[in-house]
Amino acid sequence: MKKSYQVDEWGYYGTFGGAYIPEMLYPNTEELRTQYLSIMAEPDFQQQFDQLLKDYVGRPTPLYFAQRLSAQVGCKIYLKREDLCHTGAHKINNTIGQILMAKRLGKSRIIAETGAGQHGVATATVCALMGLECIVYMGEVDIKRQAPNVARMKMLGAQVRPATSGSKTLKDATNEAIRDWINNPVNTHYIIGSVVGPHPYPDMVARFQSVIAQETMDQLMEVEGRDYPDAVVACVGGGSNAAGAYYHFLDREEVRIIAVEAAGKGIHTDESAATSVLGREGIIHGSKTLLMQSPDGQITEPYSISAGLDYPGIGPMHAHLFRSKRGEFISATDEQAMQAGLMLSQLEGIIPAIETSHALAVLDQLNFKSTDVVVVNLSGRGDKDLNTYIDYFKL
Amino acid sequence: MSTRIEQLFQNKKDILSIYFTAGYPAHSDTLPILTSLQAQGVDMVEIGLPFSDPLADGPVIQQSSTQALALGMTTEVLFEQLKDVRSKIDIPLVIMGYFNPVLQFGVAEFCKKCAETGIDAVILPDLPLTVYEREYKAIFESYGIHLIFLITPQTSDERIRALDQASKGFIYLVSTASVTGSGAGFGQAQADYFKRISDMKLQNPIVVGFGIKDRETFAQATAHADGAIIGSAFINALSDQGLEVIPEFVQGIRG
Repeated sequence: MKKSYQVDEWGYYGTFGGAYIPEMLYPNTEELRTQYLSIMAEPDFQQQFDQLLKDYVGRPTPLYFAQRLSAQVGCKIYLKREDLCHTGAHKINNTIGQILMAKRLGKSRIIAETGAGQHGVATATVCALMGLECIVYMGEVDIKRQAPNVARMKMLGAQVRPATSGSKTLKDATNEAIRDWINNPVNTHYIIGSVVGPHPYPDMVARFQSVIAQETMDQLMEVEGRDYPDAVVACVGGGSNAAGAYYHFLDREEVRIIAVEAAGKGIHTDESAATSVLGREGIIHGSKTLLMQSPDGQITEPYSISAGLDYPGIGPMHAHLFRSKRGEFISATDEQAMQAGLMLSQLEGIIPAIETSHALAVLDQLNFKSTDVVVVNLSGRGDKDLNTYIDYFKL
Repeated sequence: MSTRIEQLFQNKKDILSIYFTAGYPAHSDTLPILTSLQAQGVDMVEIGLPFSDPLADGPVIQQSSTQALALGMTTEVLFEQLKDVRSKIDIPLVIMGYFNPVLQFGVAEFCKKCAETGIDAVILPDLPLTVYEREYKAIFESYGIHLIFLITPQTSDERIRALDQASKGFIYLVSTASVTGSGAGFGQAQADYFKRISDMKLQNPIVVGFGIKDRETFAQATAHADGAIIGSAFINALSDQGLEVIPEFVQGIRG
């Protein structure tokens, strides 16, 4: 029998997922849970979603055969160019889907959380497009570290509110967004940026991102004469780009699913974000998943040079892929990722986001055969990370 | 069998319940605060088990939780501090916290410790009804620990009935669509809502929480409910003036 790695009717991936939320949020998530699938199935919704992805985001994104990188690694590597999406990363696939969802649910106010600012920018962008009020919560520490993205959000008309509690980073920004939703339960839609949070968010976000896998199938059929690769490689923080890149390949056991986490300064140091290695089962932001926590169950602060990967949990789909051994989980350190970013820049003329650089850093450890067709999800471009690259390489 | 909580609601009206964060302001304040609250005639106490990411709480309880954790509070330490609590304290005691620390401690072990310590009930806002009924109800019941559910202004009548069925001890009525510590006060909308729930004649007593901060809001809440809970306002008072404020604070609510 075919295994399914998709969510079940209760909102679980194996034992992970669910909706561990205070009663105050029950009506909000229930409204979404009972309607998201039927809304997404409406022909009118699909037509509008596809049209915006094409005309506004710039899809389909190319599947680019990276010749020089392939020669270096010793297999056939295709880069799925999500970095060419409007706003510079895959994040906008989800925000387009969710803003259309919010419109159909009759919401007039949008909230979001952001770490490095990519999801915040993608949310502010679609709110401008649809003329909806937009409030983005961002950790006070991240606001200081990511000034250009804060300016972009403001220019797009969003209000950026600092999260000043806890560690003042992504997890605290998420807490603040959830509190805002508790305080504004009727008119507000919360656009979560990754495959995390209470059901149905992980599934809904994965579905909006699954356009990545769908295009990959069509494009591979054209160039390779088959609609699947031998392996898909993606970086995982919360895991939305990975969920989208894996989506249609999860039940095809011939496709290796490879997830790359941020090891930070090394998984044996106190400064890491490799959740599958360092995490235990628990509850974060409404979802049962693997997360980094103290023995007493307090959520701890991860570290990575990449602001998009330092989330203390992973999406429940990924926790299940890890636990069931369907996914191969591997990690790359700051140093390995930064070197891989430099390598791609100089081999292919593409400066990747540091998140993406983690996926590129492990290619030579995966024992690919020379005939293997490998898709690497190039989730974002490196413009936002130039300062980090400059400081690191003394450019 | 009639427990401390059932007896309280059978014998008294206008129940005053106070919430505080365990281990705040000082690590060893848990017992002194309980002792002082009982001496002042407070009817029931909710002991907050601090969590790093308290989603349903406003800034006051976030801050007290962060400080309590920094000072070393854990689930294990709390039970250690409370191990002889029943030699001095006879009012009902409720632990209020978030589900993850309980899950890591072990749900059965947590319930066992509660029973040994003399904790009467537990409030875990992020443990949903369906998960409780499927996975944990039998454990809570085997140790005689009540789990208290919340209802809000947005909760449908049908779901209120289901939550009332599942709750034992009392039902926690969240006053407004808000996290804890909102200072907005109550208007006609709250009065109508409290009355609507009162008219439903639930099987459990109703205790209002969130936004109760003074004599006026306490009176408004208890006009239609069996009791009310004060949290953030009490923690603010503790932060400003220390434990000596307790007699004055409680008298200020009830006179």
